[in-house]
Amino acid sequence: MKRTVLAAALMAGLALPAGAQDLRIGLMSTLTGPQAVTGQHLRDGFMLGVEHAGGKLGGLETKVTIVDDQLKPDVAVQEVEGLLKRDNVNIVAGVVYSNILMAVYKPVVESDAFLISANAGPAPVAGNRCSENFFNTSWQNDQTHGAVGKHVSDSGIKKVFLLAPNYQAGKDGLTGFKRHFKGEVVDEVYTKLGQLDFSAEIAKIQSAKPDAVYTFMPGGMGVNLVKQYAQAGLKDKIPLFSAFTVDETTLPATEDAGLGLFSASIWTPDLDNVANKRFVEDFRKKNGYVPSYFAAQAYDAARLIDAAVRQAGGVKDKAKLRAALRQAKFDSVRGAFAFNKNHFPVSDFYLVEAAKLPDGAPAMLKRKLVFEKYADDYAGECPMKW
Amino acid sequence: MDPILLAVQTLNGLQLGVLLFLVAAGLTLVFGIMDFINLAHGVQYMIGAYFAATFTAVTGSFLLGAALALPAAVLVGVALERVVFRHFYGRDHLDQVLATFGVIFFLTELVRVIWGPTPLSFPVPAWASHSVTLFGGATYPAYRLFIIGGGLAVAAGLYALVARTRFGMLVRAGASNPRMLQALGTDIKRLFLLVFALGAMLAGFAGLMAGPILSVEPSMGDNLLILAFVVIVIGGLGSIQGAFLGALLVGLVDTLGRSFLTDAVKLVLPASAAVDVGPALSSMLIYVLMAAVLIVSPTGLLPAKGATR
Repeated sequence: MKRTVLAAALMAGLALPAGAQDLRIGLMSTLTGPQAVTGQHLRDGFMLGVEHAGGKLGGLETKVTIVDDQLKPDVAVQEVEGLLKRDNVNIVAGVVYSNILMAVYKPVVESDAFLISANAGPAPVAGNRCSENFFNTSWQNDQTHGAVGKHVSDSGIKKVFLLAPNYQAGKDGLTGFKRHFKGEVVDEVYTKLGQLDFSAEIAKIQSAKPDAVYTFMPGGMGVNLVKQYAQAGLKDKIPLFSAFTVDETTLPATEDAGLGLFSASIWTPDLDNVANKRFVEDFRKKNGYVPSYFAAQAYDAARLIDAAVRQAGGVKDKAKLRAALRQAKFDSVRGAFAFNKNHFPVSDFYLVEAAKLPDGAPAMLKRKLVFEKYADDYAGECPMKW
Repeated sequence: MDPILLAVQTLNGLQLGVLLFLVAAGLTLVFGIMDFINLAHGVQYMIGAYFAATFTAVTGSFLLGAALALPAAVLVGVALERVVFRHFYGRDHLDQVLATFGVIFFLTELVRVIWGPTPLSFPVPAWASHSVTLFGGATYPAYRLFIIGGGLAVAAGLYALVARTRFGMLVRAGASNPRMLQALGTDIKRLFLLVFALGAMLAGFAGLMAGPILSVEPSMGDNLLILAFVVIVIGGLGSIQGAFLGALLVGLVDTLGRSFLTDAVKLVLPASAAVDVGPALSSMLIYVLMAAVLIVSPTGLLPAKGATR
């Protein structure tokens, strides 16, 4: 499951001129298994970023080696060893899932390469285990949950029912929600990871009669929950709020059942800025589907690398490249982009609703600002100074 | 305890049980009669759902889509039997597990290549998309009642087929003593193929019924397969009645456990601990049930008569 993409017209036998640098990037994504659709978005977003730089990020011949972590930490570690030792990459980018990031984090940040996460943002690497060789172009995991929590609180909802899968990210998600939700939690239900039928939980919700439900059900679990929730006739009675559950990767499957549901995000396809318009238009033209935040964050990662390598004049001087990465002088598809001192972005968070784009394709669209320049809650624990 | 909630949860348990029965019935026949472990049975369930979703989208009608999907699912099952499984009948269980495991990988990836990794859209048919008001004002999705009804009808038909027809007699005889059946001059290969086709049809039927409420994705059969194995171990290998009883037990225990166990644990433990302990216990419950059944009756609750395995 390894594919090498020679982004430039580098024909066989056409050697680089002496002294010229090239840029080697390892792109790690989840490309097989049940969650492969998220990894596909991430890969396609990153590759569009490379394409928009004419195949030369920062003006250097760029070689992107794509590896599949299969959502298995042990596989991910093997693949990343290959990227570091065999391919001698300068940067490892991508990584959809937090457990994968935690597995490859130490090997990469202790090597000569940089690690740039385009999605996963677990708490430890934002807090006391932050590293000067690690950057993140998405968010810290809790932030999206917190943004929904704040919105639910602000809209006067008093009693919520919480639902998440019984694993670390599920518990972290609900904790993040509760940090900014001020009302009462009537019940907190954890389901088996990978559970497909939610009829028992839905019956419990009906009987508990909350003002709203908040859930974090990534992937196929969310598709099932959203469909079954609508089928039970609850969608119009008890609003269902969620994070990482309803998005462009699941909307094609939930269709009408997902429309009208609210979540939070740093980015939407309808954000009004020049970089985003170009990204969404070209992405849809090239790949034939509407990009999600997975794709947008990966595109930003590629643009960040492009700007930083150009500014640092190559990849030879690691300190110079780090300084350039920290400045992040590129036109992000989310508008303004700036790193906090823990190398996580400080972003605006929006309330987003599943709706239809002018041409009828379902997507998450921006409704209002929930948090302006929201710094994550762990940055204070990061000892890094710059 | 709220009696309405209990009633609704019992219906939910029944619906899960019926779905499990459809998958487990084929599995138990194939295992009981051919002594063949077919791990790829879950894939046949998945393929049924994909065919139904595709044909429904093309024809615009759920019933027409289902009518096309069933023979297609059977065809895939028969092709698998001809090309792969048939060569493993006499072999060691380990060989069978390896071969059928390989088939899972192959077909799951093939489905992903053909239909893409995004879960497929498969809406509930318009005539069953409303909710029915039950006793006491509780509402229940009409489509789930349709699943319960359809599943029970198939169970009744299957019982009649196995208990009342000549084919059924051969199936029962095969489950009890296949060698004797062969010695008496029955074309056992043909019987195997028919049983296999029947199993594939039942799994495909379960897939097409489950498609509108579950997410139609390449790995949808994996979880169900494990539950189906629990069902046939509880029910007794090779026995249709056993599979039916086991499926309803597992469906009810799993659903009622998920809905009431955490609350029950809250009576003895503080709420914060109960939130951790409850889900852990409830996901163990069906395996505890299986262990208990095996202690009391090692061949399952209703084993095939005179079965030697």
